[in-house]
Amino acid sequence: MNFEQIVPSMPYILQGIWVTLQIVLIAGLLGFAIGIILSLFKIGRIPFLRWFADGYTSIFRGTPLVLQLMIIYYASPQLFGVQIEAYTAAILSFGLNSAAYISEIIRAGIQAVDKGQREAAMALGVPYNKMMKDVILPQALKNILPALMNEFITLTKESAIVTVIGVTDIMRRAYIVGSDKFSFLEPLLFAGMIYYLMVLVLTFAGKWVEGRMRKSD
Amino acid sequence: MIKVEGLYKSFGQLEVLKDINAEIKEGEVVVVIGPSGSGKSTFLRCLNLLEEPTSGKIVIGQDEVTGKKFNPQKLRSEVGMVFQHFHLFPHMTVLENVTYAPLKVKGVQKQEADRLGRELLAKVGLSEKADEYPNRLSGGQKQRVAIARALAMQPNVMLFDEPTSALDPEMVKEVLDVMKSLAKTGMTMMIVTHEMGFAREVADRVIFMDEGMLVEQADPTSFFSSPSSERAHNFLQKVL
Repeated sequence: MNFEQIVPSMPYILQGIWVTLQIVLIAGLLGFAIGIILSLFKIGRIPFLRWFADGYTSIFRGTPLVLQLMIIYYASPQLFGVQIEAYTAAILSFGLNSAAYISEIIRAGIQAVDKGQREAAMALGVPYNKMMKDVILPQALKNILPALMNEFITLTKESAIVTVIGVTDIMRRAYIVGSDKFSFLEPLLFAGMIYYLMVLVLTFAGKWVEGRMRKSD
Repeated sequence: MIKVEGLYKSFGQLEVLKDINAEIKEGEVVVVIGPSGSGKSTFLRCLNLLEEPTSGKIVIGQDEVTGKKFNPQKLRSEVGMVFQHFHLFPHMTVLENVTYAPLKVKGVQKQEADRLGRELLAKVGLSEKADEYPNRLSGGQKQRVAIARALAMQPNVMLFDEPTSALDPEMVKEVLDVMKSLAKTGMTMMIVTHEMGFAREVADRVIFMDEGMLVEQADPTSFFSSPSSERAHNFLQKVL
C-alpha cells in the first residue's frame, strides 16, 4: 500500500463530498416531504389514496434502488421525452425511494401517538389539519427521530451507487483516481474513510437534536 | 340546554346504549353513576359526538347535533370535555395547552389568549406552573390544567368523564374543589364519577345507569337515601 501516490488526488476526491451531500440533502428533503404526504394518505379515510400510497411503498421497497436509478436515468427519454441530467436522476430516484421508507416510519409514528391526544384535540373543536400539524405530527416526529436519522444515514451510504450513472460523487472520484494510478485500494479506502466520518457526524448530529427535543420530557 | 331522545349506540353487535332519554337544564349539575360497563362514558361521549350515536336525537342549545348537516367542530368548541387521563399536549407548556384552542380554533389574538389563559390558571390555582411542561406536574395538577384548557373555549356545557379515577387519593380533593367552584358559577355540568360523596354534595340531579339503560334519575338526597329501583339499591349497597 502506498498512500503517497494518491495525496495529490485527495482534494479531487474530497470535492465529491459536496456532490454527495447535495444529493443526500435534497433527496432526503424530497423523501421527507413526499413521505409525510404518503403517510397521511395511509392513515386517511379515502380508499383510493390509501391504496395508492400502499402500492407506491410496495413497489419502491420491492425493487432494487439501482434499478430505479437506472430506469429514471437511462429511460428518461422514453419516460419524459428528454434526457435528464445524471445529478437530477440521482436526486429523483433517491427521493422517491426514501419517501417509501419514510412514509412507513411516519405512519408508525403517528399511530404510536396516544389516541387520547387526538380525542382531546377533537373535543376542543380543533379541525383535522391543525390537529395533525400542531398536535399529532410534532409528537410523532419526536418519537421517530432515531428511525429517520437511520434512514438518512442509509441514504448517505447508498448514494454511492450514483456512480453507475456517472455522477462524480466521492465514490466515482475514488474509482477514477484508482484507474488513473492503476492502484485501487488506496483511493477506495480513502473514500471509505470519508463515508464513515460523514456517518459518524450524522450520528452525533442526530443524538444532539434528539437531546434538544427531549427537553419537554 | 341538552335534550336526548331515544339515543342508541352499538359497537358492532354490542348494544352499549339503549333508548336513553334525558334533559339537562341550563346551570344544572348532573352526575351520572352506575357500574363499570353500564354505558356512562359512552353516553357522555355521544354528547360531543366523540362517539357517533347509532340512532336517536340530541339537541344542544338550538342545534340538533345528530342532524346530517351539523358540523361537529362547532358543537365541540361549545362543549368542553375533561378526560380521565387528562390528555394534555405533552410538547406544549401549560399555558400553551390552555391557549392553543382559543388561538387556533377561535382566532383569538395572542395577547388576549394569554391573558385569559393566565386568568384561568389562576382560577385553578396553577399560576406559577404556566411555563412548565405537563410532565412536571402531578396528576391532580394535570387535571386542573385540563379543566382550564376546556374552559378556555368558554363552553356552555362541561362534560367530565371520570375526572378523578386516574388520580392518587390525596389528589382527588383538589380536582373536586375546582369542579365545585365551577358548579357555583352556574356552569352546566355533566359528570361521570364514582365519587359518591361529591355526587351527594354537588349534584342537582343523579342519573343512574345500568346495562346501557337509564334506570333512574332523582335528586341526590332521595336517590342516596331511598333509590326507587332494585338495581340502584344493589349498586349503592356495594359502593357506600
